[in-house]
Amino acid sequence: MADITIRAVRKSYGKTATLHGIDLAFASGEFVVILGPSGCGKSTLLRMIAGLEDITGGEIEINGRVVNKLEPRERGCAMVFQNYALYPHMTVADNIGYALKVAGVPKAERRARIAETAKIVGLGDYLERKPAALSGGQRQRVAMARAIIREPGVFLFDEPLSNLDATLRVTMRAEIRKLHQRLSATSVFVTHDQVEAMTLADKLVVMNKGHVEQVGQPLDIYHRPASTFVASFIGAPPMNLMDARIDASATVARHEHLAIPISSAMAAALAGRDVTLGIRPEECRVVPAGEGLPARVDFVEELGSGRIVHAAFGSRIFAAAIPLDIRVASGDLIGLALPPAQLHVFDRETGRRLDVTHSIGRYEPVRQAAEAV
Amino acid sequence: MIQRTPYADAFTYVLMALGFLLLLGPFAVIVAGASQTVQQVNAVPFNFLPQNQLIVNITAAWQRADLGTAMLNSFIMASIVTFGKVALSALTAFSIVFFRTPLKHFFFWIVFITLMLPLEVRVVPTYAVAADLFEPIRLLIAWVTGITVSIEWNLLNSYAGLTLPLVATATGTFLYRQFFMTLPDELAEAARMDGSGPVRFFIDMLIPLSRTNMLALTTIMFVYGWNQYLWPLLMITDPAYKTTMMSLVALLPAENGTPDWNVTLAGSLIIMLPPLLVVAVLQRWFVRGLVSSEK
Amino acid sequence: MDKRAVFRSWWLPTAFALPQLALIALFFYWPAVAVVRWAFTLEPPFGGSAEFVGLANFRDVFADPLYWNSVVVSLTFALAGTLSTIFIGLVLALAVDRQLPGSGAVRFLYILPYAIAGPAAGMAFRFILSPERGLMASVNSAFPDFWNPAKYGSHALILVIVVFAWKWAGYTFIFLLAGLQSVPKSLTEAAAMDGSGPVRRAIDIQIPMLAPTLFFLTVIMMTEGFVGADTYGIVARTTDGGPNHGTDVMVYRIVEEAFRGLNYSGASAQSIVLIGLIMIFTFIQFRFVERRVHYK
Repeated sequence: MADITIRAVRKSYGKTATLHGIDLAFASGEFVVILGPSGCGKSTLLRMIAGLEDITGGEIEINGRVVNKLEPRERGCAMVFQNYALYPHMTVADNIGYALKVAGVPKAERRARIAETAKIVGLGDYLERKPAALSGGQRQRVAMARAIIREPGVFLFDEPLSNLDATLRVTMRAEIRKLHQRLSATSVFVTHDQVEAMTLADKLVVMNKGHVEQVGQPLDIYHRPASTFVASFIGAPPMNLMDARIDASATVARHEHLAIPISSAMAAALAGRDVTLGIRPEECRVVPAGEGLPARVDFVEELGSGRIVHAAFGSRIFAAAIPLDIRVASGDLIGLALPPAQLHVFDRETGRRLDVTHSIGRYEPVRQAAEAV
Repeated sequence: MIQRTPYADAFTYVLMALGFLLLLGPFAVIVAGASQTVQQVNAVPFNFLPQNQLIVNITAAWQRADLGTAMLNSFIMASIVTFGKVALSALTAFSIVFFRTPLKHFFFWIVFITLMLPLEVRVVPTYAVAADLFEPIRLLIAWVTGITVSIEWNLLNSYAGLTLPLVATATGTFLYRQFFMTLPDELAEAARMDGSGPVRFFIDMLIPLSRTNMLALTTIMFVYGWNQYLWPLLMITDPAYKTTMMSLVALLPAENGTPDWNVTLAGSLIIMLPPLLVVAVLQRWFVRGLVSSEK
Repeated sequence: MDKRAVFRSWWLPTAFALPQLALIALFFYWPAVAVVRWAFTLEPPFGGSAEFVGLANFRDVFADPLYWNSVVVSLTFALAGTLSTIFIGLVLALAVDRQLPGSGAVRFLYILPYAIAGPAAGMAFRFILSPERGLMASVNSAFPDFWNPAKYGSHALILVIVVFAWKWAGYTFIFLLAGLQSVPKSLTEAAAMDGSGPVRRAIDIQIPMLAPTLFFLTVIMMTEGFVGADTYGIVARTTDGGPNHGTDVMVYRIVEEAFRGLNYSGASAQSIVLIGLIMIFTFIQFRFVERRVHYK
């Protein structure tokens, strides 16, 4: 059990900065997922917590102790690497027990703990094998066992599932979650896969270009993305976004020649402003041509449980998730209905979310991620 | 690929046979000559079939060139060079590859430049250094303190003098470096997360993982050490330290004496044998070492 | 050098590298400095302090026709040696790479001459290609004086080149075979589909793909021919630089000058010139090093 506080942490390699002042706090026992595209700095942040990268500026605190200057072994963290990093010349048992051997734990106790840990991850029968003789999933388990055996306060996962095939990834995802509940340590899990992020996280951190874009519970982030980046990064297919200008007199937002109906509160609060409007595909409704906004079907993706219509809407392609009972084909003229209550509004300049406070009838930017901590 | 190319196949076999004659033929001549009598070996035309005098000739050669001492010395020399290279280069490569320090670039270049100048071009001053090992140190002391001290230590006629200058080059270091670079970064990081320091990592991970590399380097260095010619020739004047390459001269038939080339050939056969065996038996490692030691 | 170095310490790597660095400093850098120092000074052979003479040693060296003779001999030796080793290695590698039955065995055997020390090989070849006995005696009895390396410098030069080629052909063979095996099979298969036979494929596909290896071997063999450990040994034990300086390669001359002539300054000046040559080779090799294939 350990809590982690990250204060104004920066990282630069020579003159190029990769992290620009990160502030985050993880509570003890939380499962934190850091999500972002490759190159956003998420792995660097994780490696700085682990002690594998120097901290250029700011402080990292684990359990109330500033660890900036501590060696990895002194921080009470264990890490699972993307490529597992098993020691190829050692057996599974030696791999799992290496940390204890280094720490000078007597042989008998070591053997007992290895056996116990191997049982937790279901490797009991493989202790004498070399890593080369294991499957991808088994190697993953060895890597986890190697972390578990140290009984660390913090588990660090660096994209641990990305080398596994799709089926195994789902299984291992569930196992990691179960393990987390059982061990009640703090887990920090880095990934670029939004499904992993949504399913695993107690707390989700979305990063982009060395900044934290948003911190919150996964569903909150899904429903109230704090920026156009988060809106387009989370959700598949991603949120439809379009530039528009709010026209107060007609309570519409004008996008090219189209007039999109909006709520009167929004019209009043944002009159005359240039904004970016967003709507999730599953909130778009397809209606007969002539109703709603005119669109032409470009192509249709069948998902089995439903279908996704990609339709030309103004000069852009919109995605709309529709139930199976609506049939459309390429080239059809259809109408798109965008319920005003489901529209997300972002500042055109900054890309930050503009939120309504209904009582006053004004739109305000949501609090910055850093303040939300 | 299923393709019938009878002419090309026949041609290929002709080429391979020619290569065989060209590269292995000399061995046949040596073996044949080494097993013949003086009359047979000087006969024209030459008889390529081995005869029954091999043991006799070897015994004669062994005595004439004192091969017992020479073989032992060559073996000691090759072993020290091999061991020194295998051990020291591993240490240096480790410190060049796995540490975050500005010194590593310095070390790298210091070692790298040694690839450019083989012993043969700097042999004269190297000899002078070996003859007076403490000269640089004396000069340094004199320069720093102004005191002229007279400590001297010469390496002529010693195993240290035979081997140390040969250990002072970069081949082995680059072989290890090459291998270390192929190890994933996460391996060292995982070890570090497991609480292992650099020395522990070196002993627990790098040494066991480098086993095949060490074997490759061992084969190359043994052959290299055994086959040294010029350096022992300069360093050694005391017959007790002479190596096989130096006994070659003694094996030659005396000018205007009996042209007993059979004994000469028998002697050189013995001298060629150890590196030949190493390469033949450990060929897999030898080839691997050669191909990957060239940076 | 782009590996993510993991450990932080300055004294540990220093301590680990120290043994080798000390040896290198003592037996490499110190002598290298001495070569330069001697090249510009005149040291009396029997003690006394050295006198700075500027470029006089170089002037003496360049004024000596025997020096220029050794340059020409070295150049001939290195060029002929390089071309013949690479040619033999290439032909054999192309043949073995076809993987006909039996190629595994010859492949093993071709490497063996490389294990033999240059001087030992040289001495054996003195017999094998001797004009009075062995192979060439029969030829000589038919065509008198056709082959006599003890008498003619050019014959002696051919003899040492043969020894060099014999020893090093197996070496180029290893690299060229490794290079050939790294040419994707799909490439030669595509050429076969296009209807080209084995010889055409070798010329059109395989040899062009080997260009980096060939280039690398040219540099290595030229360096070896000029200053290689075996070059000295081969010349010394096969012909002793003779007859009449016909095989007096640069390395041989330097050592002779220093240890028989006791002319350290002249030998050092010659070393400097040779070092300059090697640096040019090394530079060329570096310049094109990124074009090299991986020998795996």
